[in-house]
Amino acid sequence: MTAPTLWRDLRRFTSARVGLGRVGHALPTAAHLDFQEAHAQARDAVWSALDTASLAAALPGAQIVASAAPDRRSYLLRPDLGRRLAEGTQLAPRPGCFAIVIADGLCASGVQAQAAPLLAALIPGLERAGWDVAPPVIATQARVAIGDDIGQALGAAMVAVLIGERPGLSSLDSMGIYLTHAPRTGRNDAERNCISNIRPGGISPADAAAKLLWLVAAARRLGLTGVGLKDEQPAVLEGETPTLLK
Amino acid sequence: MGFAQIVGGTRHVFPDLRALLACATPFRSGDALAGVAAESAAQRVAAQRALADLPLSHFLHEAVVPYEDDEVTRLILDRHDAAAFAPVAHLTVGGFRDWLLAEADGAAISALAPGLTPEMVAGLTKICRLQDLVAIAAKCRVTTRFRNTLGLPGTLSIRLQPNDPVDDPKGIAAQVLDGLLLGAGDAVIGVNPATDNVDNLCRVLGLLDAVRDRYAIPTQSCVLAHVTTTMLAMERGAPVDLVFQSIGGTQGLNTSFGVSLSVLREAHEAALALKRGTVGDNVMYFETGQGSALSANAHHGVDQQTLEVRAYAVAREFRPLLVNSVVGFIGPEYLYDGKQIIRAGLEDHCAGKLLGLPMGVDVCYTNHAEADQDDMDALLTLLGVAGVTYVMGVPGADDTMLAYQSTSFHDGLYARAALGKKPAPEFAAWLERMGLAERTPEALPAPMTVAGLL
Repeated sequence: MTAPTLWRDLRRFTSARVGLGRVGHALPTAAHLDFQEAHAQARDAVWSALDTASLAAALPGAQIVASAAPDRRSYLLRPDLGRRLAEGTQLAPRPGCFAIVIADGLCASGVQAQAAPLLAALIPGLERAGWDVAPPVIATQARVAIGDDIGQALGAAMVAVLIGERPGLSSLDSMGIYLTHAPRTGRNDAERNCISNIRPGGISPADAAAKLLWLVAAARRLGLTGVGLKDEQPAVLEGETPTLLK
Repeated sequence: MGFAQIVGGTRHVFPDLRALLACATPFRSGDALAGVAAESAAQRVAAQRALADLPLSHFLHEAVVPYEDDEVTRLILDRHDAAAFAPVAHLTVGGFRDWLLAEADGAAISALAPGLTPEMVAGLTKICRLQDLVAIAAKCRVTTRFRNTLGLPGTLSIRLQPNDPVDDPKGIAAQVLDGLLLGAGDAVIGVNPATDNVDNLCRVLGLLDAVRDRYAIPTQSCVLAHVTTTMLAMERGAPVDLVFQSIGGTQGLNTSFGVSLSVLREAHEAALALKRGTVGDNVMYFETGQGSALSANAHHGVDQQTLEVRAYAVAREFRPLLVNSVVGFIGPEYLYDGKQIIRAGLEDHCAGKLLGLPMGVDVCYTNHAEADQDDMDALLTLLGVAGVTYVMGVPGADDTMLAYQSTSFHDGLYARAALGKKPAPEFAAWLERMGLAERTPEALPAPMTVAGLL
């Protein structure tokens, strides 16, 4: 017989808030205040800005654009503005290219940290697959669908939008990627494939790049993205191979 | 046909039912975003007065989304049961509110449900205060079954939601154990998968089914993948208890979700054929939420709450075990703050119950909304008084995969204790058997270990 597992030992297996204990039916004071602190940090992260200059410096040829949302508050209340390029934005057409958009989304810090390492793994893979990869477009106050406007302006065959995800209490630094085949204004979300939770403790930039390359190849073969493109590659997990049950 | 009402010496005109419903809606940011909200408080109350005077029967003759263009409208009108509607056919919307509050009992409301259209119910809720939404919902009786019985009077069930950012089996298992120790999991043990991949889906389904089987837990499991992915998993023989899908109140929104009524019908039949339920055959699980139709540009100029109730017409077609509004998930552009989220949660619950659905609510908020734990405590308590079928249970209220805050396992214990509610009876008996019902768990019961589940 082994010793019984202590409740708090569950924390060894997950970053979720397990094994917190209880006082009556409530959280103990320390756990309650841990939560309040995390929420305060996440609230502040929503209002953080993307440092476009340092990002552009790391990405040769990158162009910086803005959405039609003039400020953060407008961005939060008017998602339609965040989906459109600002009036008068000029992008040089590059028909048939693979377009990459880096967007701040709802939290800039994850994109700030992880866009460059992801692209370092992604771009060589795309080029090996024969793609003409356009220089990245960095977009501020932007939502996922701004990739449709940008892709259409470039005449891109496909667009990958790297975007800051809504900050969670345990993830102030998470990035998602949305892949859209034949991007044009008015595409809907069922026409995209998504890889989310790219962050420390989630999916690594290298694994995400590998997954995206698989999706890009499948999208090119099928001529579409979205619910018609099932992610059927074997599951890739960090660490040990998952044990089968029973 | 239009509607007019004089308030404060000004005559307010509403060109059609769509405009009347939108202008009568208590303010929320999503209707302003759509450009359909009332332009003043006076215009809003004028619309509410005109709406209160409107005969319920009018809703059978004016669709807010054209019948020819939308399969949800066709479903609503083609399925309307005139005999069931007869007891309230002579009433106005205002008279209907009075009848519900004064005279109706649970049996009368249950019998009436097939005679109500979503738009009638939406109209009703727009002229209700929060206490009306609570009082009316508390009269409703909706019971569903799969491996246990949900919705009985005096019960409050919890969906155990052990989401993991990479669907790591150990992370999921640890959260499942944490939830079981704290009395959660009678509604369902339901994982939102990090990636919609059929191999991954089968793997997580296998894990959840093994946990349930190992401890003989009288509950059901679900991995909330896209319906078409779940259909592939069923073809592979994976242990699918419930088929999940996000749905909405217009055909366009459902198209944006990659579903249609025929796809849902096919999935429903496939799940029924597995015959995995032991005490009943409610095999569907739907999630909805105000604002999703506008988000998908499929709203037809209709206010977000009316569209939300239309989604419940889609849900009821498939006799679901569980339906919940994910009320605060969508963000501040649709529900700006705690006040708007609280009202919307109570509206959704009341409307779903009136239409005969086993309605739960994901009492939740995101970090870009003007809301916090105090707002969630208020909504959870109000919903408990209203008799909500279930709420979510997430470790420490923090979903590390979906990056939002929902109710915690602790919150579930609080609500049950404060309101004198119990889990589903089969699950309550299991908690007793396992010695989990009354203890403060310093240690897990001897047979329960993470390693033992993997």
